[in-house]
Amino acid sequence: MIPAAFDYVRAGSAAEAISLIGQHGDEAKFLAGGHSLLPLMKLRLAAPSVLVDIGRVTDLSYIRDAGDHIAIGALTRHMDVETSAVLKEHAPLLAHAASHVGDPQVRHRGTIGGSIAHADPASDLPATTLALGATYVAQGPNGTREIAATDFYQGFLESALAPDEMLTEIRVPKMGGAGWSFQKFNRRAQDWAIVGVAAWRGSNGSGVALVNMGSTPILATSVSNALAQGASVSDAAQLAAEEAEPQSDLNASPEYRVHLAKVLVRRALEEAGK
Amino acid sequence: MTVTDDRPASVLGTRRLRKEDPALLTGEAKYTNDLDLPGALHLAVLRSPYAHARIISVDTSAAATSPGVVAVYSGADLADTWGAPMPSAWAVTADMKNPAHYPLASGKVCYVGDGVACVLATSDAAARDALDLIDVQYEPLPAVVDLEDALSDRVVIHEDLGTNSSYTWDLKIEGHEGQVDEAFANAAYTVRERFVQQRLIPMAMEPRAVAAVPQPFGGDMVLYSATQVPHILKVMVALTLGIPEHQMRVIAPAVGGGFGSKLDVYAEELLCVALARKHKVPVRWVEERGENTVATIHGRGQIQHVELAADADGKLTAVRIRILADMGGYQQLITAGIPILGAFLYAGVYDLPHAYDFSCTGVYTTLTPTDAYRGAGRPEATYAIERAMDVLADQMGIDPMDLRKRNFIRKEQFPYTAFTGLTYDSGDHLAAAEMAAELADYAGVRARQATQNVPGATKLLGIGQASYFEMCGLAPSRVLASLNYSAGGWEAATVRVLPTNKVQVVTGTAPHGQGHETAWSMIVADRLGISPDDVDVLHSDTAIAPLGLDTYGSRSLPVGGVAIAMACDKVIDKAKKIAAHQLEANEDDLDFVGGSFTVKGSPDRTMPLAAIAFEAFTAHNLPDGLEPNLEAQVTYDPPNFSWPFGTHICTVEIDTETGQVDVLQYVAVDDCGNQVNPLIVEGQVHGGVVQGMAQALYEEAVYDSDGTLKNASLAEYLVPAASDVPNITLGHTVTPSPTNPLGVKGIGEAGTIGSAPAVMNAVIDALSSLGVSDMPMPASPHNVWKAIQSAQQGASK
Repeated sequence: MIPAAFDYVRAGSAAEAISLIGQHGDEAKFLAGGHSLLPLMKLRLAAPSVLVDIGRVTDLSYIRDAGDHIAIGALTRHMDVETSAVLKEHAPLLAHAASHVGDPQVRHRGTIGGSIAHADPASDLPATTLALGATYVAQGPNGTREIAATDFYQGFLESALAPDEMLTEIRVPKMGGAGWSFQKFNRRAQDWAIVGVAAWRGSNGSGVALVNMGSTPILATSVSNALAQGASVSDAAQLAAEEAEPQSDLNASPEYRVHLAKVLVRRALEEAGK
Repeated sequence: MTVTDDRPASVLGTRRLRKEDPALLTGEAKYTNDLDLPGALHLAVLRSPYAHARIISVDTSAAATSPGVVAVYSGADLADTWGAPMPSAWAVTADMKNPAHYPLASGKVCYVGDGVACVLATSDAAARDALDLIDVQYEPLPAVVDLEDALSDRVVIHEDLGTNSSYTWDLKIEGHEGQVDEAFANAAYTVRERFVQQRLIPMAMEPRAVAAVPQPFGGDMVLYSATQVPHILKVMVALTLGIPEHQMRVIAPAVGGGFGSKLDVYAEELLCVALARKHKVPVRWVEERGENTVATIHGRGQIQHVELAADADGKLTAVRIRILADMGGYQQLITAGIPILGAFLYAGVYDLPHAYDFSCTGVYTTLTPTDAYRGAGRPEATYAIERAMDVLADQMGIDPMDLRKRNFIRKEQFPYTAFTGLTYDSGDHLAAAEMAAELADYAGVRARQATQNVPGATKLLGIGQASYFEMCGLAPSRVLASLNYSAGGWEAATVRVLPTNKVQVVTGTAPHGQGHETAWSMIVADRLGISPDDVDVLHSDTAIAPLGLDTYGSRSLPVGGVAIAMACDKVIDKAKKIAAHQLEANEDDLDFVGGSFTVKGSPDRTMPLAAIAFEAFTAHNLPDGLEPNLEAQVTYDPPNFSWPFGTHICTVEIDTETGQVDVLQYVAVDDCGNQVNPLIVEGQVHGGVVQGMAQALYEEAVYDSDGTLKNASLAEYLVPAASDVPNITLGHTVTPSPTNPLGVKGIGEAGTIGSAPAVMNAVIDALSSLGVSDMPMPASPHNVWKAIQSAQQGASK
C-alpha cells in the first residue's frame, strides 16, 4: 500500500488550484477528501505525478439557500450534507443519501464535489443529484460554466469536466415537499451499493436514478414517463432497468441487478408515495 | 452458632477487565512494525501474477540501480542459502507426497503470490518502487483451480511428484467387518450430501510483519515476528537455515490476531533472517493487505461427501465421509493435517455405534496454500454432520431439534469412549440444547413460522441449530505421535514469587489478542491468595520463556493455564515446607487460605506468603536441604483432549425478493467447563460466532479460472463489520472437565465451530417452503436469489 512517488502542492483558492493544474498538465490531480484517489494510488492503479490539494479551499465549503435551489460548495463534507438543516428542509433526499456514503470516517473526510467529479456509477451522490435534476458548476481558466447532471456523466469514471476544470458548486432544485426514498442494497453497511435507487415523486413529476446499474449513474426516464402517463407504481417499476446496462461483478450478475432494480424502484416509489 | 466462611471470594469466574487493553486501545502497544531499528533494510517481495508458470528468466539489473536499493535477489540467487526446504511438520501418511518449497520460487511458480524475487532497500518505498523494475519472463501454464480437476491430474503441478494427490488418510472403525455397509443396506433412512467448504482468508487485523536483527558479536540472531508460534518458529528457522538453535531468539511483540494464519513458518521470516545474516544489518518486512490476501495461508477449502444411515427412529447407525482437501500450491507448516483434525468429529455429539468410514485425500492446486484457520478441520466436520442432521430430520418429517435429542450422547454416558477410541471427558448436550431453545424461544419461532411462511410471503422466517463438540486442548503428545505430528502437545510454566511477594509467571503460550496476561494472573491470584495486579505474565520471547508450544487449537488455557496452576501448587508445597519449619509445625497441620499458612486449631500461629517469599530469598532460615527462592516450573502434557460443547440457534428472516438474509437473533450456549474470566469467554464467543457467521453469509476467496484471486482487498472480501453483526445472546452451562485441576476446556474456536452450520440450517429452514434443500456458502443475497430461482424453475418443470 505504498503509492508511487508524487509531488504535492496545496492551493489556497479555486483560482490557484486551477492555475496549478494548468501548470502541471495531465499528470496532476486534484486532491479533496482523498477517499477515492488515495486508495487507487496506494494500489498503484493511479500514479499522478502531482497532487494539487484543495482540501483547505474552505470558501468552497457551504450550503446556501439560493431561492429556487440549494447551492452546495464542492468541498462540503458528506457529514455536513447529511446534517444540514437547509438540505433536510429543501432536499431531504440528498441529506439522507449522504448518510449512506461509506462509514463515518469516510463521511467526515470525503466531499460531495470529490464524489461527483470522480463519477463513480457505484457512488450514492452522483445518482442522487442526477435524480434531483441538479446542475453542477465548473470553474476553469476561462471562467465558470454550468453543466446539467444529465450531461455530466460520460463514461466509467469519466465526466464532462475538462482536465483544467474544477467542480466548484452543486445546485440542487428545492424538492418542494415531494415524497422521496433512497434504497441502498448492499451486503455490509459501509459498502458501495450493489444496486441503489434515489427517487422522488411530487405534484410536478418524478425523478428516479439508479446506482451501479451501468458505467454511469442512470436516470430511469422510462419509469418517470410511465408514471406521468398514469402507470401504477408496480408497472412503472418494471421499466426500472430500461436505460441501464448493468455489469457483472462478485456481488451480482446483470440479471440479478435488473431484478433488484425493479424491486428497489418499486419500493422506492411506494415509500415516496406515502 | 453461625459459621461464616470469611475466606476471600475467588477472583476466578469474575468479569475482570483485561490488563492488556489500555496499551492496545491507546495505540501504545508495540507491534513488530512499530519497532525502531536503526539501520534496518526494508525487504519487499516480488510475487507471481500467474497461478502456474515456468520462470524463464529474472532480470534484476534495472531494479538493482534504483535509488535506495542495496540488493536484489531472484529465487535462483538464493538457492544455496537454504539448508532445507520450508518446513512442513505433519506428514499425515508415510507415503505423503510433499514438494520441496523454498522461500523464493525458482523454476516455476505455483500460485498467484508465490515469491520470485526480492529487494533490499533503505526504505520501504524504495524497495516497493524497485519491484516494478524487476523483469521476469514467464511461460504461463494451465491453472488448477478446481479440486476435482486437480484430482484428475489433467495438469500435474509438481511434475516430480507425478500427481496432484498428496495423500489419502483413512479412518475406518467397525464393530465387526462390514458393519458400515450393513448399516447402510439396512437403514430406514439414508442421507447423502455434498457440501463445499469455501476458501476463507483469515484476515488478521495486523498483517504479518518480520524483523531480523543480527547481534553485534557471536552470530546470535533475534527474530521479531507477528507470529502465534515463537517457539516453533525458533526451532524451524534454526533447522532450515542451519543456525545453532541456542543462537536464535524469537520475540513476538504485540500481535494483532492470527486465527491460525500466524501458526506457520513463512518465507519472509526465513528471507529476513537469511538476508540479515548475509548483510549483517537488521532486515525488516511488513506485509501489505493485498499481499496478505494471497501470501498468507487460507483456511477451509474442502469438498465433503457425507452419508448418514439411520434406523426408523432416526438413530444414527453409520457415518461415511469422503473429503477432498485443497492444500494449495505447496504445503505450509501443518497443511496436510488440518482435515485430519476434523476426522474424529464427523459423528458430532451423537451416540454412533462403531460404524464409521472416513477418508480424506489432499490435493495440490495452483492456489495460495491452506493451513490452520480458526477451528482447523473441526468447523468443517461440524458443518457436515449438522447440516446432514437437518437433511435427515427433513426426510423423516420431524423437527431437527427432536432428531438431535434422540441421538445425543446422554449425560450419564460420560466419560464416553467414542468409536474412535477417544474419550469425551464430560458433557450434557441435552441441557445445552434446552437452554438454547429456551433463550431462542424455539417453540415460539416455530409457531410464528407457521403463520408467516405462507405461500406468496416475501419475508420467510427460519430457525436453525447446531450442536457441537470441540476437540481442543491440543494435545496429548502420544496422540500426536500416533498421528505422525512432529512435535508434542505439552505446555510449560514457571511461577516465581519475588522477594516482595510480587509474582512473575513465565508461560509458553503466545497470546495475540486472547487476554492471557489477565487470565493467567487470575489463576495465579486464586491459587496464591494475592491480587491479580501483583502478577506479571512473561511470554512470547524465547529468551525469557524458553519452553513452550505456543497458542492455537484452544490449547492455551486447558494446557498452558493448567501448567500455571500446577506450578502454583508446587510453589505452595515449597512454601509450606518453609512455613512448617518456621512455625515449628507439621506440614500436614498447616492450612493455606487467603495467602497465609495457619496451624490448624491455632489461628494465631500463621505465616503469610509474603513473609515466606522473603525468607526464601534471604535463605537465612530454611529447612535443611531446601533450595533458596520460591519458584517452580511445570511442564504439563495433557492426558486427554478437552471437549467443550454447546448448542447454537440462529433465527433468520429472508427477503425473497432480494435474497437478503437478516439474522434476527443468535443464541449461543457454550460449555467450556469452569470459566476463568466470563468477560473473556464472551469476547471469544462473540468473535467466533461472527467469524463463523461470516463463512455462512459473507466470505469466500473467489478465483477466476486463471487462478487469480478476484477479491484481494477488504473492499471486496467481505469481512463483516460491527454494524453488520446481530445481537448475540449468550448462555452457558458449566460442566467442568475432570481431566485437569482447573476443570477448564478452552473457548477460542467454539463460536466459529457452532455458527456456520446454525446459520445455514436457519437459511435452508426459511427457504424450505420454496423447495430449497441446500445451497452453497456464503448465503449472499445473490446466491440466495439464485437458489430460489432454481428451486422455482425445478418446481415449474
